[in-house]
Amino acid sequence: MKQLFAFIRKEFYHVFRDRRTLLILFGFPIVQILLFGFALSSEVKNIGVAIQDNAHDVNSSEIINRIQKSSYFKVKEEIVSYSDVERRFKDGSIRCAIIFPVNFGQDLYRKEGSRIQILADASDPNTATIAVNYLTAIIRAYQQDLNPNRTLSYQIVPQLRQLYNEEQNGSLNFIPGVIALIFMIVSTALTSVAVVREKELGTMEILLVSPFKPILVLIAKAIPYLVLSLINFIIILLLAVFLLNVEIRGSLVLIFAESILFIITCLSLGLLISNVTDSQQTAMLISMMGMMLPTLLLTGFMFPLENMPSIFQVISHIVPSRYYYAIIKAVMLKGLGFGYVWKETLILAGMAVVLLSIALKRFKIRL
Amino acid sequence: MIAVSVKNIVKSYGNVSAVDDVSFDVKKGELFGLIGPDGAGKTSIFRILTTLLLADSGTATVAGFDVVSEYQQIRNRVGYMPGRFSLYQDLTVKENLTFFATIFGTTIQENYTLIKEIYDQIKPFNDRRAGKLSGGMKQKLALCCALIHKPDVLFLDEPTTGVDVVSRKEFWEMLAKLKEQHITIVVSTPYMDEARLCDRIALIQGGKIMSIDEPAAMVKNFPKTLFAAKADNIYRLLEDLRSDPSIESCYAFGEYLHLTLKSDEDHKDAIFAVANKYSPANLVVEKITASIEDSFIRLMRDRAITKEFNQVNDGK
Amino acid sequence: MENKAIICKDLTKQFGDFKAVDKITFDVDQGEIFGFLGANGAGKTTAMRILCGLSYPTSGEATVAGFNVYKEQELIKKNIGYMSQKFSLYDNLTILENIEFYGGVYGVSRAEIKARSADLVHTLGLEKEAKKLVGELPLGWKQKLAFSVAIFHRPKIVFLDEPTGGVDPITRRQFWDMIYEAAASNITVFVTTHYMDEAEYCNRISIMVDGKVEAMDSPTNLKQRFNTHSMDEVFYQLARGAKRSGD
Repeated sequence: MKQLFAFIRKEFYHVFRDRRTLLILFGFPIVQILLFGFALSSEVKNIGVAIQDNAHDVNSSEIINRIQKSSYFKVKEEIVSYSDVERRFKDGSIRCAIIFPVNFGQDLYRKEGSRIQILADASDPNTATIAVNYLTAIIRAYQQDLNPNRTLSYQIVPQLRQLYNEEQNGSLNFIPGVIALIFMIVSTALTSVAVVREKELGTMEILLVSPFKPILVLIAKAIPYLVLSLINFIIILLLAVFLLNVEIRGSLVLIFAESILFIITCLSLGLLISNVTDSQQTAMLISMMGMMLPTLLLTGFMFPLENMPSIFQVISHIVPSRYYYAIIKAVMLKGLGFGYVWKETLILAGMAVVLLSIALKRFKIRL
Repeated sequence: MIAVSVKNIVKSYGNVSAVDDVSFDVKKGELFGLIGPDGAGKTSIFRILTTLLLADSGTATVAGFDVVSEYQQIRNRVGYMPGRFSLYQDLTVKENLTFFATIFGTTIQENYTLIKEIYDQIKPFNDRRAGKLSGGMKQKLALCCALIHKPDVLFLDEPTTGVDVVSRKEFWEMLAKLKEQHITIVVSTPYMDEARLCDRIALIQGGKIMSIDEPAAMVKNFPKTLFAAKADNIYRLLEDLRSDPSIESCYAFGEYLHLTLKSDEDHKDAIFAVANKYSPANLVVEKITASIEDSFIRLMRDRAITKEFNQVNDGK
Repeated sequence: MENKAIICKDLTKQFGDFKAVDKITFDVDQGEIFGFLGANGAGKTTAMRILCGLSYPTSGEATVAGFNVYKEQELIKKNIGYMSQKFSLYDNLTILENIEFYGGVYGVSRAEIKARSADLVHTLGLEKEAKKLVGELPLGWKQKLAFSVAIFHRPKIVFLDEPTGGVDPITRRQFWDMIYEAAASNITVFVTTHYMDEAEYCNRISIMVDGKVEAMDSPTNLKQRFNTHSMDEVFYQLARGAKRSGD
């Protein structure tokens, strides 16, 4: 027992004396949270819009005024010719353009109604759709305000409500994903590198020749990273709650328990990788390519799984983070209890047991 | 009393034979040297004896325990210093030592007398990271770590490779002192000149042991009279003598050439006469006693000749 | 001046307050085998980097193959060869590919490369192995090949960094035979090492301690001067008092 403690203490020395490890450990989660929380927001803001107002009447000015006030758009200086519009699309200064015809205001009161042209840069279809929708909404609202009394006889007004994230807070969705990603990096990548480093250094030879039980080497390596992962987890939660105003709805105990389970799965993976590699670079590469990319791509937090070709959907079933992501999303964002996530938990637990036993069994007591 | 016993050990990697039917015994308290170049199989033998590697065939015991079935007991009783510096570079001297003491289930104090003399030299750097130590000091620290649990047998794999003459000399002095404490030491080295510091040596080449003996006996058994010669143009002299029919062997040895004659003539005049045929400037000839390196070369040559002979015979 | 391969006068390299190389003065004749010795950390690597045109001295003068170490680094590089035990050839290229690569790097013409490499492979007795990967060769052969490649472009000087550490005694002799042969064809051989047995093969050696050249002479004279039979002892007496150590 004393030996194990000595070993664990030594592991912490390694971690705290290596700037790179520290940076990955604590810099990475913070950067991720800030990146996803602020920079990589999927909401659309400040879309560049150009206006060619040929009418110059009350109505067109009012619409322009409303667009200007909206935080979604940034109105660029007025333009005069169509070729000008095209030039600006090409140089990327605008994403959409609105063209008012000469008789816009007058036509408004005719039977045929008046027309307005909206152009959008669909090279980025998501933004284009969103921009067009916003613009249409602004125009429709203006139309409503113009004659509030004139209601059409048959009208369906859909009442929309986006559940679980009513403010459309983009950060909610990625938090469980970032947590999964960070566990993968800390528990899988750093652990495998830590074991392989002993092989590279040659200290593994000395440790094997010592009376210290080889299995304990693995355990002593895993424990510090379990602790560090949990610390990381707490940091992320704190950042999410206090910086990004995420509300945690489910049971914290359940979230922690599930997280520990996932960390153990990741650690087992890391130990397994360290068994089959002899150099730190290889270990890092396998962890990154083999574990992080699937986590990014196949858990559903960046790209919806439903839209993927079926082959990827099948593959995603063997990615542990997929289940963890589902669990955390359910518990943290929807406030669901264990009854709803037992299936995923069971799969994850199964994976952990299988991976850990392979890792322990494959650990060589000789070189 | 036998501390290490090796019988017919064979180990190959793929179709490369690393250890080829090696047998030797090391007596208790002996300083035994495995002398041979890189790739001779020294490290493989060390790893087999420290239970890190399984031999393809053959048996070995260390401190009376079998290296395969009783590897746990061996791991409690041996100290091992691998070929390259294998300590934690980011841990201080003290931390490294404490760590290895704990891992081996002991404390620095328990066997302090054993390491005291070596440890005293690095003690002033107790709080320095191991990675920041000089080559010689790293080596001392590694030796302390390997000794911390008072092992019965100490395995040192090329401890003096890559360190300078001063540190090498100090290291061998430390080994001599450890011998007084009745620790059996098995050491490997590619430097032939270190061989004479061992009690007994095995010359190893290509996975095979060519000869085992005490260093003094080994050079005494050199079968021929050995001469040294030099002249102003050493390369010319080498070429001339090598092509001379009366010369059996001729090779460069530092500033000199070392020569043996085909005949049993054992006076230096004989060499002088041969060399003077080529009228070299400032010729110097001496009769010398062989060194371990001379013996090594001779054994290698003999083996090569036997091998050729066998190949020719097999061809028939 | 004509027959000097290397001339150093008060050559100094300073890192902050630390004088890695402290006013060293020596010269090496064309066709000489010169051993450049020193304990770990004595400054030999720094000095050699300057002479190879890889770093500028802080002060002092030096010419290598007639070229100034301050102004003509590129010309120096063209006129020297370099071989170290640690890095020399690409294991995953064949013998011929390695030769072709190095020949190309030094601007040897294609026709020349072809003719010379056929020659080289023949002299080394490697005809059968010419198209084999270098990684498959035994260590001794690799080293001999590495040396041949280092002098493939017929440099005026070849720098050897611990060339024969760890090889068997016979291969080592064969290697030194090659060095003698190169020296006989007027190539200067500059050997840095801290193995004394390697040093004994040199015509002259210098021993660096704490950034300064403490002794320079033929091995025989040095041994006489220090009244001993081994270079080890000479070195030990000189380096024992060294203040600096480290790699």
